[in-house]
Amino acid sequence: MFVALRDLRHARGRFALMLVVITLITFLVAFLSSLTAGLARESTSAVTDLPVGHLAFAMPEPGDSPDFTASTVTSAQRDAWSAATGVEDAELLGVATARAQSAATTAAVTAFGVEPASSLLPADAPAPAGGTVTVSRGAADGLSIATGDTLSLGGHDLRVGAVLDVDASYAHTPVVWVALADWQTIGGRAPAPDEGDVATVVAVTGDVQDDTVRRTDAAAGTATLGVGESRAAISSFSSENGSLLTMQAFLVAISALVVGAFFTVWTISRFGDIAVLKALGASTRYLLRDAIGQALLVLVIGVSLGTGVAAVGATLLADVVPVVVTTTTTLLPAAALVALGLVGAVLAIARITTIDPHVALAAR
Amino acid sequence: MDLHLDAITLVYPDGDSTLTAVEDLDLTVPSGTTTALLGPSGSGKSSLLAVAAGLTRPTAGTVRIGEDVAFHPGTTVAAATRTRLDRIGIVFQSPQLLGSLTALEQLELHAHLRGDRPASLRTRALDLLAQVGMSDHAHKRPAQLSGGQRQRVAIARALIGAPQVLLVDEPTSALDHARGTQVIDLITRLARELDAATLVVSHDASTLDSVDRTVRMLDGRLEEGLRSAVGT
Repeated sequence: MFVALRDLRHARGRFALMLVVITLITFLVAFLSSLTAGLARESTSAVTDLPVGHLAFAMPEPGDSPDFTASTVTSAQRDAWSAATGVEDAELLGVATARAQSAATTAAVTAFGVEPASSLLPADAPAPAGGTVTVSRGAADGLSIATGDTLSLGGHDLRVGAVLDVDASYAHTPVVWVALADWQTIGGRAPAPDEGDVATVVAVTGDVQDDTVRRTDAAAGTATLGVGESRAAISSFSSENGSLLTMQAFLVAISALVVGAFFTVWTISRFGDIAVLKALGASTRYLLRDAIGQALLVLVIGVSLGTGVAAVGATLLADVVPVVVTTTTTLLPAAALVALGLVGAVLAIARITTIDPHVALAAR
Repeated sequence: MDLHLDAITLVYPDGDSTLTAVEDLDLTVPSGTTTALLGPSGSGKSSLLAVAAGLTRPTAGTVRIGEDVAFHPGTTVAAATRTRLDRIGIVFQSPQLLGSLTALEQLELHAHLRGDRPASLRTRALDLLAQVGMSDHAHKRPAQLSGGQRQRVAIARALIGAPQVLLVDEPTSALDHARGTQVIDLITRLARELDAATLVVSHDASTLDSVDRTVRMLDGRLEEGLRSAVGT
């Protein structure tokens, strides 16, 4: 890097400009990544944090992709899952977004209907009794309610039995927990006389093998996903997350193109110097190593700066913007930007191999 | 070691036909001496220099340094590059200094190209800069130097690796007569002190008083000697 480092110092204006561009793109990608993770959490945390391994859906048409909005399961399907090999527990869980009205305000919430003695509430909280509602911290703050207050949920008055200090969201709405019978009323999903209970999914706990899932799905008419995979069954999450990930991919690709374009212009402007270096005895390997090292240095500095600014910015804005700052939202996009940027740079720098040292004999 | 150009022929493709730039040319430059190669534009002198430097492979013939064959029609690019690094110094028509390096670093670069620490050549680099009268400018970049000063640094750079062969291409083309003569005198003196076989391509015979021998090229062939001070 003898020449590369001195070029960086000598052409500091050009490289500073490039650093700013890489830093800004990295900031955008890293912040968008944090925002994607934050929005995903706000959209799915109540599902992904469920203390279960699988969720069994029953779609109106066999073969349809599992979807929380369209799925309806019955007691018979829960019983089929309870009897499956390796299953420790199978519970009905209702999911329905409803209009909640407190004395102070009105907001949308998602009501999770749970069976008596359910273990599906976070923080080992007990299942709500009939006529009561357990609310998450987000719902309590949004509706300005506390334990003992009355909350109208879908036109059905319930008493607030407990406020859980947890962050539980579904499709960007805070979650409240009600008894399954209340949920059926609120969600307008009253079972038919011979149907037993109905809900949205069967929540399955235990060491359930893939074979068991296939057999039980076939027998019970369900479609079962791992709890993490179940995020895809939240329709708003799939489209939102897909859009944000596409934006990130475009930004990373643009970054690679920008880096490639910069080093293309830079390499072309150095044609004369490279020819002289070859004429003086610099091997192609030496020149490639020097130039790629220079590109890597610029990328690492720019990406580090951008990632740092994004991480600090996202952390400071965490109270007002739904962001999550983890190694996945910072180091992963940073690594992708460095890797793809380096690919762009290498493609640009590779033309060094074609430069004829004979050019050095020409006057400049 | 002497530089031997043995039966060198260089043919370029030229549209559908070919152009013979150098034809069956023999030339020996003894070590420690300077031979000037004169000739009109298109006579083939720069092509011959390119062959001698391994920048162009000859169509036929060999370039030897002492008894070692340095370049021949089958020489690989990597082998030619290594030979230039180890055995040949080149002074280009324009100084061709690297804009980001100081005068001292232009010389220290040679050590880096060889895989050594640049500082390992510092003493020799400073000594060479002193010999070309550039001691006071060791830490200046090319943009801070005059044309003559840049050419002096280029000469020192060509000699930093103690080359057995020094090849100089039109070193005075951008200089006035007085400075051109000084540069040729400097090259001749240093070549003698460092025992390098030196071949200088020039268009200006009036600056060549100090060289040992002058030969002229015309249409790719050699016309021997305006003067032969070393008797070869």
